[in-house]
Amino acid sequence: MTATITGLGIVAPNGVGADVYWPATLTGRSGLSRLPEGHAVRVGGVVSGERAAGVPGRIAVQTDRWTQLALRGSALALADAGLDPAELGPFDLGVVTAASSGGNEFGQREIQKLWAQGPDHVGAYQSIAWFYAATTGQVSIRHQAKGPCGVLVSEQAAGLDALGQARRVLRDDTPVVISGGTEAPLSPYALLCQAGNGAISEGTDPGTAYLPFDRRAAGYVPGEGGAMIVLEDAGHARGRGARRYADLAGYAASFDPPPGSPRPPALTAAIRGALRDAGLGPADIDVVFADGAGTRDADRAEAEAIAAVFGAGEVPVTVPKTLTGRLYAGGASLDVATAALAIHHDLIPPTAGVTDVSPDCPIDLVRDLPRFGSVQCALVIARGAGGFNAAVVLTAPAG
Amino acid sequence: MNRRVVLTGIGVVAPGGIGTKAFWKMITDGRTATRAISLFDATGFRSRIAAECDFDPAEAGIADAGRLDRVAQFAVAAAAEALADSGLDTTALDPARIASVVGSAVGCTTRLEDNYRLVSADGRDWLVDPARAAPFLYDYLVPSSLAREVAWLTGAEGPAAVISTGCTSGLDAVAHAARLIAEGSADVVVGGAAEAPISPISVACFDAIKATSANNDDPEHASRPFDDRRDGFVLGEGSAFFVLEEAGAAERRGAHVYAEFGGYAGRGNAFHMTGLRPDGREMSEAIDVALRRAGLAAEDVDYVNAHGSGTRQNDRHETAAVKRSLGAHAYRVPMSSIKSMVGHSLGAIGAIELAACALALEHQVVPPTANLDVADPQCDLDYVPHTARDQRLDAVLSVGSGFGGFQSAVLLTRPGVTR
Repeated sequence: MTATITGLGIVAPNGVGADVYWPATLTGRSGLSRLPEGHAVRVGGVVSGERAAGVPGRIAVQTDRWTQLALRGSALALADAGLDPAELGPFDLGVVTAASSGGNEFGQREIQKLWAQGPDHVGAYQSIAWFYAATTGQVSIRHQAKGPCGVLVSEQAAGLDALGQARRVLRDDTPVVISGGTEAPLSPYALLCQAGNGAISEGTDPGTAYLPFDRRAAGYVPGEGGAMIVLEDAGHARGRGARRYADLAGYAASFDPPPGSPRPPALTAAIRGALRDAGLGPADIDVVFADGAGTRDADRAEAEAIAAVFGAGEVPVTVPKTLTGRLYAGGASLDVATAALAIHHDLIPPTAGVTDVSPDCPIDLVRDLPRFGSVQCALVIARGAGGFNAAVVLTAPAG
Repeated sequence: MNRRVVLTGIGVVAPGGIGTKAFWKMITDGRTATRAISLFDATGFRSRIAAECDFDPAEAGIADAGRLDRVAQFAVAAAAEALADSGLDTTALDPARIASVVGSAVGCTTRLEDNYRLVSADGRDWLVDPARAAPFLYDYLVPSSLAREVAWLTGAEGPAAVISTGCTSGLDAVAHAARLIAEGSADVVVGGAAEAPISPISVACFDAIKATSANNDDPEHASRPFDDRRDGFVLGEGSAFFVLEEAGAAERRGAHVYAEFGGYAGRGNAFHMTGLRPDGREMSEAIDVALRRAGLAAEDVDYVNAHGSGTRQNDRHETAAVKRSLGAHAYRVPMSSIKSMVGHSLGAIGAIELAACALALEHQVVPPTANLDVADPQCDLDYVPHTARDQRLDAVLSVGSGFGGFQSAVLLTRPGVTR
């Protein structure tokens, strides 16, 4: 069974829909902006446009923004895949999403009502809007997906873990899965929770607040949105004549030893595991979509891991998320969507904003302009706070 | 690759019983642990009852209770008990081959809410005050911190993740753990689930939809699955963890095996976030597929561990699903809900119920459904009222159902039983 990507539903700060997002990513159009005064974080990636766009009113009132972004992304992804769920068997569509901070804005509003006004004022939708499975549930209902459902939480690594899980669902004879993830982490309390995590940028200039692998790196900025992805059994996709962006050829995950351990970080194990799973060697990889944590220590660790597997400067590395911020549950999903587009268009998008790659990061970072040339195989790396590592290998559609 | 997976260690933190032994004794005695809420002042709430754990972090060996939310403390305590129970020396293993899986529906909600009160002046300010922010808030915001704690406990460097599918999280997490071994991604998994949702916002959110029992005057008898006088579920808390191993490796080291992981399937009803269609079709589909994967026939099921939350729609939905899948055998097989005793601990309960299933196989005893005096006429199966029953058990089925429409089924089998 080959798992293949047939639909992309991109909902990113610098563009909704691949037709807007991809040119923005190639030309360095940023979705980062100053957040309103009074927030604990200064810069963020905001999905612009009408609130709850594409979500019916009766669903909008019972969902957090995180779920609304996913509903919008799922509809885009299914349309992009040319797939009408009504044409599938009753249990032939699954939903496996990544989650991270859940419906935090909805939750903040309801907790506020509880404490400011009393228990009677908590609304009927709190119980279904806040919890981490709300998005998978709502997407399943919206598209009549009665196949296996899943929700993976491993901070920024979860987007890759969700795709790994979606591939398991395909292997269990469910032909199509809506996967990916989104995040909406810009509510006041969620930002406060992030502000103390030791990795958030205090920068106030959207152009320089998040500069992974740069000498000036001083943290990351958070963003909202992500990407929903239709993952499909390649045989099923062929049968209905669907366009395939790329195949999910390899996946692996690992976890770092505790802080203070003499053991090395486990990221190289995840990268090597994904390559092995894909049956490929380092020389086969045309581009690495790096995690790009944006702190000096984490950047160095990632650059060393990439160099350990590929050799110093031996493979192009890019971090398009400098234009969106880190989207947590949506971040790695968007990176996979971007990598799929890179394969589809034979173009490597650049890392906008980074001008001064730190000498302790021995990587060939693609900067300023896209790099042209055949992209057959891409590696996507994601790390979740606390020690989560995951890697995915995408390949040009085969067979 | 499809390797056989066995359960070699169990750890439980449950209302009315901390530790596996106390838990099993309590549920086979048919005692209930539901009571008036003591964890916060519930005056003014519709439902003021819950199944609480009498949990002392110091006694459980939790050194950093100041950092860890109650749910993380439960997870670490149950995982530590499971590891000790397995007799496995994890230091002798390759850390890359050990994985960590934690199920939880609502994560660190208690500390998130407590800290919100501090930074918002009890809900007055929408723009919160950073000066009052406590450390570790990010750990509470993102529940993947739970998997990190379990990985740190075991020294695991294999895959780690939190599975958060609402009230089926516990079943789904243990099934995910088994899958990692079956497919060869790990050789050992410390996997389970934990929940500590007895906080004002969680109680209030279930109040708002009248999902929980308001039988505040008689809390010991408030959780009444399948009983005609039931009026909703009773919120619970707790954790259960397992050590899961590849069967051959467990056999080679002479490990005690409680049960073999037989099969699993999950389905969505795609119907409603909280509502269930009365025909039970999707849960039945999950049961059918789980049986097929386990290589079992409907008649092979010796016990059904029910979701049995004690809401009218669940009990009827589930009864219909079991009849749909097991046919005439449904009327012969005992089916019980331990939620009658330990409440409904959301994402944790599936793992706690699997612990009950594994112990049922071990002891060849079916735990009862407490408080079942007069069954709902539409619930006409054998729900094992009040008293535990000695029974030959080779294969047991546990089912779960949750908000979001998720339906899950897991089969555990007695070790050594050939199929």
